[in-house]
Amino acid sequence: MSAPFLAVDRLSISFPGEGGGVRVVDRVSLNISAGETLALVGESGCGKSMTALAIMRLVPKPGRIEDGSRIEFEGRDLLTLPVPEMRGVRGAKIGMIFQEPMTSLNPVTTVGDQVMEAIELHAGLSREATRARVMELFALVGIPDPKSRFAAYPHQLSGGLKQRVMIAMAMAMRPKLLIADEPTTALDATIRAQILELLRDLSAKTGTAVLLITHDFGVVNEVADRVAVMYAGQIVEEGTRLELLSRPRHPYTQGLLRSIPKPEARGHRLEEIKGAVPRPGHWPSGCRFHTRCPFAFEPCPTKEPVRTSVSATQAASCHLVARELAQGARP
Amino acid sequence: MHWVSNAVVLLLVLGAIWLARVVPRERYWRENALELWRRRRVAIAVIAAYLLIGLLDSIAWVDAASEANALTSGRPATIVDRIFKPESLKEASYSAPLASVSFYGGQPLAHPGAHLLGTDLLGRDVVYRTLKGVRVALLIGGLTSLVVIPIALLFGVSAGYWGKRIDDAVFFAMTVLASVPNLLLLIALIMVLGKGTVQVCVALGVTGWVHFCRIARGETLKLREADYVAAARALGVSDAGIIRRHILPNIAHLVIITFALSFTALVLSETILSYLGIGLDGSWGQMIDQARNELSRTPVIWWNLAGASIALFTLVLSVNIIADAMRDVIDPRTRREGR
Repeated sequence: MSAPFLAVDRLSISFPGEGGGVRVVDRVSLNISAGETLALVGESGCGKSMTALAIMRLVPKPGRIEDGSRIEFEGRDLLTLPVPEMRGVRGAKIGMIFQEPMTSLNPVTTVGDQVMEAIELHAGLSREATRARVMELFALVGIPDPKSRFAAYPHQLSGGLKQRVMIAMAMAMRPKLLIADEPTTALDATIRAQILELLRDLSAKTGTAVLLITHDFGVVNEVADRVAVMYAGQIVEEGTRLELLSRPRHPYTQGLLRSIPKPEARGHRLEEIKGAVPRPGHWPSGCRFHTRCPFAFEPCPTKEPVRTSVSATQAASCHLVARELAQGARP
Repeated sequence: MHWVSNAVVLLLVLGAIWLARVVPRERYWRENALELWRRRRVAIAVIAAYLLIGLLDSIAWVDAASEANALTSGRPATIVDRIFKPESLKEASYSAPLASVSFYGGQPLAHPGAHLLGTDLLGRDVVYRTLKGVRVALLIGGLTSLVVIPIALLFGVSAGYWGKRIDDAVFFAMTVLASVPNLLLLIALIMVLGKGTVQVCVALGVTGWVHFCRIARGETLKLREADYVAAARALGVSDAGIIRRHILPNIAHLVIITFALSFTALVLSETILSYLGIGLDGSWGQMIDQARNELSRTPVIWWNLAGASIALFTLVLSVNIIADAMRDVIDPRTRREGR
């Protein structure tokens, strides 16, 4: 594996709230290597979207990235970059796709013009060259009949086509990293498969690394190289797709995988993780998952678990995993 | 003063020529303009006629013929004046529309059957006076709106977009202005500034921008949080770019509606100012104000009121109809394909 070109190091984000502030993302560390697809998985409200926005330095106010956090991208710390330079990174070096293709396009401008804007911002091309590039991009993301779509308004396109336009916009400057925040959540199942295939193809064709944010293990299975699982603002387990899907070690990951409906389990009650995700600011002490964990034992409510390497690529933050490893127990 | 209005007319005509050259180049504007024309030909024609009269009435010069006449000496005559030759059309006093004898006394008129809408107390032709009112109305509505809307947009959008201190300052100014009765403020301003076209327009502008500023601020506040603004930020668009490309186009329909509403409201509010005796000379408001007494006479002298009212009504209605259609055309969400 090549050296990471995006390294998020102990990223913490807090919002002002009762008692000084609420930390919604707590000391998250992530690495992405060139060309790889990392899936960031977790339930709603676990801080995965905030992490993505922090990489773009677009954390909504009054949220704040705490001191001591570092986001290193191509050798520069994005968090200390001056604003105009950061604007040059957004769109040109890091592209982003949002969850809602329906509302992520300006309703009063044609989609062609909007993609052109994305190019004009960063490249000093002539109008004709920009137009040609948009056509090329539309073809690349699989928009049929690019000529007539160029002049279409967003309301004239379907959700899947809109998401393709969004991807074209994000890919306009061939970014090194594409952040996709639940790109398929708002789409129906068949379109979802097409969009995921498109993302996989694009990543393979252009060598763009992808940070894919999702709560859906089906999506993970289809596109991810590596997976990081987030719970209550922290990363609890990390590993390659194969490792996490076949040998998950953290009880939370295991619970998530068990709660996916399977065709062979038809007629049986679907397993679930008991309880709900605790609200930010009301995280339990010790291991944050202990209130819902079926294996919780004495250190869990009091001591915060440390990250334990299970293999060269897999690591989990769990007392149980640490104890099993210490005792030499086989998984 | 006539050379100032001549210069303004020249600028307006040059601006119109520039627009006529630029608009067809952009497909979006060309199609919208065509669509608007297809939908509301009559109203557009009416407005065009009003604009033409207003323009012709703004081009004035002094010449030997008017210098020779003691009454008009030193006073520049506009094209409308020259076409109508009001001095030679004068009667002694009231006469009914198309009458050949005067209203009181029944003396034969100097120009029998020449007055389509009769003459007023001083024997002036009512059609001529109505036409002279066009320029005043357009000035009040247009000039004031053109000053008010950019100011309201500037304050409203920046308050909504950046918030904090700017928002506090703008909101404070709006609240203060909104807490003073508009009419009282108008009267006070006109007393300070003096009576004159520009002064009245300024007074109307000072009291008029609050309403639209509030709308622009609220709408910007909403749009600032829109997903496509977030997407634009993620593309590295600057604040200025977001306002220009994403916020202003999305409140353009509000600008058009507000322009129409404020245009008509301003024209109508001049009538009220005239009623209070601080209106503009030669306006329809003054004609209507003078008609108060005439309505109490028997038999009723109605043509003076009718001339001004019909002109006012037609102008206001046409502007409203066009603005309504324009909003439908310009907003792709309400635009129906075909017709």
